[in-house]
Amino acid sequence: MPVEIDIEHVARLARLELTDEEKGQLRAQLGQILEHAAAIGEVAADDVPPTATPIPRANVFREDEPEPSLPVDEALRNAPDRDGARVRVPRIVEAGS
Amino acid sequence: MTDLCDLSASELSSKLAAGEISAPELAASSLQRIETVDPKLGAFLTPTPELAQERAAELDSYLGAGAPQTGAAGIPTALKDVLTTNGIRTTCGSRILEAYVPPYDATAWARLSGAGAVLAGKTNCDEFAMGSSNENSAFGPVRNPWDLDRVPGGSSGGSAAAVAAGEVVWALGTDTGGSVRQPASLCGVVGLKPTYGRISRYGLIAFASSLDTVGTFTRNVRDAATLLGVLAGHDPRDATSLDVPVDDYVRGVEDGIAGLRIGIVEGTYGEGVQPGVQDSMRVAVERLATLGAEIGEVSLPHADHALSAYYLIAPSEASSNLARYDGVRYGMRADGVHADVIEMMVKTRGEGFGPEVKRRIMLGTYALSAGYYEAYYGQAQKVRTLIIRDYEAAFERFDVLVSPTSPTTAFRIGERTDDPYAMYLSDVFTIPANLAGTPAVSVPVGLDGDGLPVGLQLTAPLLGEATLLRAASALEADLGLELRPPLLEGV
Repeated sequence: MPVEIDIEHVARLARLELTDEEKGQLRAQLGQILEHAAAIGEVAADDVPPTATPIPRANVFREDEPEPSLPVDEALRNAPDRDGARVRVPRIVEAGS
Repeated sequence: MTDLCDLSASELSSKLAAGEISAPELAASSLQRIETVDPKLGAFLTPTPELAQERAAELDSYLGAGAPQTGAAGIPTALKDVLTTNGIRTTCGSRILEAYVPPYDATAWARLSGAGAVLAGKTNCDEFAMGSSNENSAFGPVRNPWDLDRVPGGSSGGSAAAVAAGEVVWALGTDTGGSVRQPASLCGVVGLKPTYGRISRYGLIAFASSLDTVGTFTRNVRDAATLLGVLAGHDPRDATSLDVPVDDYVRGVEDGIAGLRIGIVEGTYGEGVQPGVQDSMRVAVERLATLGAEIGEVSLPHADHALSAYYLIAPSEASSNLARYDGVRYGMRADGVHADVIEMMVKTRGEGFGPEVKRRIMLGTYALSAGYYEAYYGQAQKVRTLIIRDYEAAFERFDVLVSPTSPTTAFRIGERTDDPYAMYLSDVFTIPANLAGTPAVSVPVGLDGDGLPVGLQLTAPLLGEATLLRAASALEADLGLELRPPLLEGV
């Protein structure tokens, strides 16, 4: 059975604007894909450890020495809107707060 | 007619070293081919002819007698447009990065450029490398040089088509679930996905970080060995990059496979595999036996679940990686006055991403969300462990595993776009190697009844690239295929 998904909720979590048509399509397609995926719930026993990455490496550090870094102008060259050395975005906090 | 751009990198390297040809002549041959065939193929998003000419002219003064032999110097090269290039637009095939000009080079390109390779341009691909047909590019499809009505495969479709059509001598792609091997198979070229971590991912714009691998497209196995030798090695800028010595992949690549134990993966002749693909597989397996390999059968018992595990893990990682496209620091921002920053982000992402990327972001967000995490993402990670164990068991009995690269040859443009699950099935043979991190290569082994190339996939244990390429080279030499797509007749 296709899986029922609360598309509006997931789209909010993903910060993604979707048209009504897209929502309808995604509801059906994701439901179908997840139906195929349901079988994996029964494959692995509880004692099988999860794998996050194929060749695990832990605590990969470098010496804590300053190195040359990207100049600010270069780093901000691709920003859609900027004000000097800062990026400019629409209001984040409520007025007066 | 054969032009310089149709020769292999090893042949061209010798001619350059002997002073028989010059780097500018070679670059001109490649640029001419791009001009002739790319209007039909659409392989390039950003050709860089001026840069190529400048670079070739620089090389001209010191290539030739006595110059250091890198194997890559002067070779016309293309890069999939998910690898960053300093000062050259890098789009990922997406509207959201349509105008993005990176301020840094990917390590893979920095190494290749340092060895003297000549960049001919950035190639088309599925948006953010998500797809198996190149139909998900925001900038139009790529066509297969063997049949212009068919897909080149994906997601690195532009790089595969460019190498098959002689637009460049070799190209880089990326492989997260088969995105180098499957298009190589569909376009009749050699596609290598090395061990996870063997080539730095620095500057590879992330799709699924635990699966993403830089890979190569070449017209023969020896060139793949040369190219891997240039690209492989530790990079402190990628924490998952492996700090282990790099083998000499070229030396010994033609030593043959007498006594090599080769396992044919169960499902190779299964019902989902086209008869034309099965026929070419049978011929190739016979040849391997004749060459002295010991052939047996092997099963990867959990391979049936690899597709499902992959289509939970990769979208989950993608939904996290692609959160960075928010219209703030780089990329497009939706036009208009926005009430607040959240509205701006929501609209930017809605306008900037195409349908497949939205589908995977939604799938991944769902699989990681509260209440579903254990059932989907958590369970998929356990299946990943089982697949790794399957490989470990298989490699106790065999040195190399063999299967088709793709269950089908190139399909028609538009044939599978309405059914995402049918499209995902293209990757059924390639995905397990990404989940396990093992190296794998696709080699052309024949043409089907429609004259379309068939690829055979070889898989080796972690860091087994030298053996992998030796087996691929033996098969290639024995089959001796002359692969020249019909597009090039009369060119």
